This record gives sequence, structure tokens and C-alpha cells, in this order.
Amino acid sequence: MEIAVLISIIVSIAVSATPLLLAATGELVVERSGVLNLGVEGMMIMGAVAGFSVAQATGNPHWGAFGAVIVGALFSQLFAFLVLTLVTNQVATGLALTILGLGLSGMIGEGFVGQPGIKLENFNIPILSDLPVIGPLLFSLDAIFYASIALVLAVWWFLFRTKTGLMVRGVGDSHSSAHALGIPVIRVRYLAIAFGGACAGLAGAHLSLVQVPQWTEGMTSGRGWIALALVVFASWRPGRVLIGAYLFGAVTIAQFHAQASGVPIPPQFLASLPYLATIIVLVLIARNRRLTMMNTPAALGQPFVPDR
Amino acid sequence: MKLVLEKRVTSSTLLALTSPFIALALTLVAGAIMFAMLGKPPIASLITYFVDPLTDPWSREQIIVKATPLILIAVGLSVCFRSGNWNIGAEGQYLMGGLFGAMLPVMLHGWTSPLLLPLAIIFGMAGGALYAFIPAVLKARFGTNEILSSLMLVYIAQQVVDWVVRGPWRNPQGMGFPGTKTFTDNAILPPLWANADAHYGTVFAIIAAIVVWFALARTLKGFEITVLGQSPKAGRFAGFSAAKMTIFAFLVSGALAGLAGISEVSGSVEKLDDKLSLGYGFSAIIVAFLGRLNPLGIIAAGLILALSFIGGENAQIMMGVSDRAARVFQGLLLFFVLACDTLIHYRIKWVAQPRSVSKQSHRPHTPSTSSSDQQKEGSITAMGRGSGMSMN
Repeated sequence: MEIAVLISIIVSIAVSATPLLLAATGELVVERSGVLNLGVEGMMIMGAVAGFSVAQATGNPHWGAFGAVIVGALFSQLFAFLVLTLVTNQVATGLALTILGLGLSGMIGEGFVGQPGIKLENFNIPILSDLPVIGPLLFSLDAIFYASIALVLAVWWFLFRTKTGLMVRGVGDSHSSAHALGIPVIRVRYLAIAFGGACAGLAGAHLSLVQVPQWTEGMTSGRGWIALALVVFASWRPGRVLIGAYLFGAVTIAQFHAQASGVPIPPQFLASLPYLATIIVLVLIARNRRLTMMNTPAALGQPFVPDR
Repeated sequence: MKLVLEKRVTSSTLLALTSPFIALALTLVAGAIMFAMLGKPPIASLITYFVDPLTDPWSREQIIVKATPLILIAVGLSVCFRSGNWNIGAEGQYLMGGLFGAMLPVMLHGWTSPLLLPLAIIFGMAGGALYAFIPAVLKARFGTNEILSSLMLVYIAQQVVDWVVRGPWRNPQGMGFPGTKTFTDNAILPPLWANADAHYGTVFAIIAAIVVWFALARTLKGFEITVLGQSPKAGRFAGFSAAKMTIFAFLVSGALAGLAGISEVSGSVEKLDDKLSLGYGFSAIIVAFLGRLNPLGIIAAGLILALSFIGGENAQIMMGVSDRAARVFQGLLLFFVLACDTLIHYRIKWVAQPRSVSKQSHRPHTPSTSSSDQQKEGSITAMGRGSGMSMN
């Protein structure tokens, strides 16, 4: 009985951590290539509305998740075109992407408000899911959860164990040197941004297909921004993104449990906890200058115009 | 075919003046396409959106009401953005301005002194400034990213206001609706003319824009803001402190956002309720950029954004277009404004043949040099830090 409760708590933490993990992992690759995309929140909400609507249209939530990936990647290319080809300010352009995403998703999703969604059912991995304790804990969750874990591992392997990954990091540390070596800086960054958009889109789909299978305007409620903070928290390391996302998932779930158990604290204060925790974490990380200096992609946020 | 940017020798003055208008024109074209895709007549929709509100006195007044907080907040943001401080949390500072400003009118309800209104306004400005001080001091002291911290504070401010209007300050006679008691007359910002919705907040907005414009264009402080924003290194050599500037810029911006908050509470709603957060703090970012971070330009930009809000409401009533379309317009507008800014510094060329991937261009004998000095400086520091990393 005790164990069953514990398992359900850990599973709920995984559910609330998955979108953060996906979006942050995608953004990590983008930032490793030297681009700061503040549009995560916008790409995520576009993914959420796309996931919901495609699932409604096809009756299949897996197609919904797929649609969210495509829409997220396409939507990110708007940002990519501006900051890479037109060399606009990355901070302002990222904000524009978020504002546009929130508006566009609200318009697309207007007819979906109040409609029951289609839940992406949990997928029981044969045999493994029958194992005691770790079966329900690890092997009978939704497909997007498995994808998120696989993605972190894949990104770690790609960035730190492959030649192409080294190329991406090289572009992010010094685009001029990378360019001089013949690496197609702009193309690498276009692809990195598309990857980040796809991940953010899938993260949004997790919200509208798994967490709360319905559409509400602004349902990402700042998760895209928390994902951005997670990348800083993780000092641009995939493994630490995983830890950070689950810590934040735990804070969110702790807050829900505290609300449900009638702790004499106004619910609004408990709801502020994840945001407060983000600020505290950002302060703690920023104080450790050596850690940040060592890992920050050196060309992060800097414009690049290739010479002839 | 490939797009290539070519750095202009001197930035184009003509384009610097016209680029916001080009952006507006492009937004209208994109809007027409959007309406056509929604199955609405494009031209008629645009007229409902952007012309009809101007022909009707009631709508004209509503535009002024909506433009007031946008201009106030955006003028403050122009100081922040020019000095290189990314205050994204103006919405939170606006809410805190409303909350702090409402403190005396609510807690001393029935106090008849004429001092109540000026005190409420001062409290509102102090509340916004205090809330902006948090990300500022975290950035100046610890180097915390101000974009993320100021934004997180928006979500917290929304929760705090929600708590106050449902909890301690809820009007006991309010039929259970969240919100404080309606302010007494001596706490209400007077209307601009008898029975008007437009209130004296508009006057504050115009004064703020003129004062900040003068300070930016004609004073040493304004020069310091520009220098530190464009090149922190040059600012350091000139003896300016980036940390102090961060605090200063956030305080100014927070105080103006707070003033917008209390003006809205005291002038429009006449009480604090749970519907104060309408996203003005975010729309003001667009206003600031559309006004090219120039306070006088911001007055015009604020009116244009307000027009799009009122036009959106119009279009919803008249043609059944979702009022979210206004937000889409605003997002598109910011995109086009940013894209057109590129034209000022670069010439855009279509190159017929994509640059061939010849070995020569890939292995130059001399180190690659970027086309602009700024780029060069950036890449040198980047390489310096990069080599430091490889030693670890």
C-alpha cells in the first residue's frame, strides 16, 4: 500500500517533468549551436494546439503527437529565418515568436475550448511492465515519456560522442572559427533550431494529450520559460537537464499535494512555488561563475554574418 | 537563389525613419492573407479593424484609454532596452503597481483627505519600482539572467493579486466576486472631461514620454544609457557602471509600469480585481520596438497597438472574427518590425547561384575576418573563451 502511493507520486512527477525535459533538451541543442531561442513557450503552445487538433481530426493521439512535432519544427523556422538570414536580435525575435504563438494558438484553438480531448494511453511494455515496483514505475507510461528519456540519452551521445555533435558545439563556441574550417554555420543552426522546435512541439503535445487531455488557452502557463531556465540550471549538460526537470516536476507535484491535503497556506502561494524555485535556482547557478563560464556556449546570442 | 546580407557603409537614415511604416504595411498584407484564409473578405476586414474605430468618437476614446498603459510601460521599457537590460516582466510590475496603489484606498476606505489620490499614485510607482528592483539587484549582484527572473515574477505577481482580491481585500458586499471595494471619489483619477472613460493617466503617459525623450536625447544620463547599451566595454572605459545602470533602468521602468497599473486601477476600474492582467506588459514590448525605442515614437506606436485591440473587438462583433486575431497581428507586427530593422544596416541581395562549396573558400590562407568591427570583437572574445574551455 505504502509502496503503491509512492509509485503513484513518482509517476506523477515523471508526467509533470516530461514536457519540461523535452523542451529543455531541444533548447539545449539550440543554445549549444550558439542561438538563444526565447520562443520556447510559443512553440510549445503551438505544439499543444496542433497535437490536440490533429488527434481530434484523426481520432489517433499518436498522430496528434506527430503533428505537434512537425508544427513545432515549422514554427521555429520563422524564428530561424529572422535571426539567421536577417540577423535580427535573438532576444526580441524569440519574444516575438512567443507572442505570435500564444495569439495564433488561441485563435486556432477557439473552437476546441471545453471539448473533451483524446488521451494518449499509457503503453505497457510487455513482460517488463509486469515486474513488481519498477514495472509500473518505469515501463507502463505514455510513449512521449519514453521518447523524452531516449531523447536525452541520444542528445548526450550526439553532442559529446559524435563528430557532428562536436561540429554543433564548435559552431556554438566560435562561429568564425567554425566558418573558417568550412563548417556550414548557418545550416547547422537552422537544423538545431528546427530540432528545438520539434522537441518543444512534442512537449506541448504531452500537455494537451497526456497531462490534461483538453485544450485551454495559454495552457503552457510558463513551462516554456521554465525549460529555458532549466538549460541554464543544467549548465548546458543533458544529464543535468534530466535531473533539473525531475526536481521541478517534484516541486510541482509537492505543491499539488500540499493544496489537496489542506495545508493552511493560500493556494496562490503554493502555485507560485515552481516560479519562485526557478528564480532561486537561477541565482544559485549564476553565483557559481566558474561553472557558468566553463560551459556557456561562447557565441551564444551573438549575430553571425558570413564573409565572402 | 540565395539571400545574402551586405553591410551598408553607413546605416540608412531614410530606412531608419520609414522601417516602422514598411513593417506596418507588411503586417496589413499578412493580415489580409490571414483573413482570406479564414474565409472573410480581406479588405473589408482590414477596414473594420483599422479604419472603422477611427470614425467613431466612442472608439476613439477607447483607443486613448487602451494606449495609456501601453505608452507608459513602453516608455519605461525603452530605457531598459536601450541600456541592454531585458526587462520582460513589466506585466508583473504593472500588477504590483496596481496592488500597492490600491493599498491605501482599500485599507483606509472612507478616508476623506485629498492626499489619498497622490499617495496612491506614489505607492503604485513605488510598488512597480520595488518589484523591478528584484531582477535588477539579482542581475547586478549575482549576474542572474534578468529575462527569466523578471518573467517568473510575472506569474508570481498574478498569483499574489489573485490572492489579495479573493482573500484579505475582498469586498464583503461583493456577492462573492473577487475584487476590492470600489474606491471612494477622492481616490479616483479624474476623467479628462465630464463623464469620459479617458482619465488623467493619459496626461501622465505624455509627460513621461516627453521627459524620458528629453533625458535620452539631451542629458549625460541618456548618453550613458546609450553607450552602455551599445558597448558595455566602451561604457566601462568611460567610467560608467553597468551594474548601477541595471538598477537605474529597472527602477525607472518599474516605476512607470507601476504608474500604468495604478492609473488603470484608479482611473478605469476604480477597484482592484482579478482582471487587471490583460497582457499590457507584453504588448508594450511590441510598442517599444515599433516606436524604435524612442519615447515620442512610442506614443504613436501605443496608439496603433491600441487601435488593433479596439479593431479586434470591432471585428469580433461585426464579422465574427476571433478577437485573438488582434494578438496574431501584434506578433506579426513585431516580426516585421525586427526584420525591417535589418534593412537599416544591411542591403539584402539575391545571389543567383548559391555559393559553391569549393575547397578554396573553405580553407582560406588567412584567418577569416568578419565584415563588421563589432563582429570581429565578438569572435575574438569568443575564441579566447573557447580556448580556455578546451584546457579544462
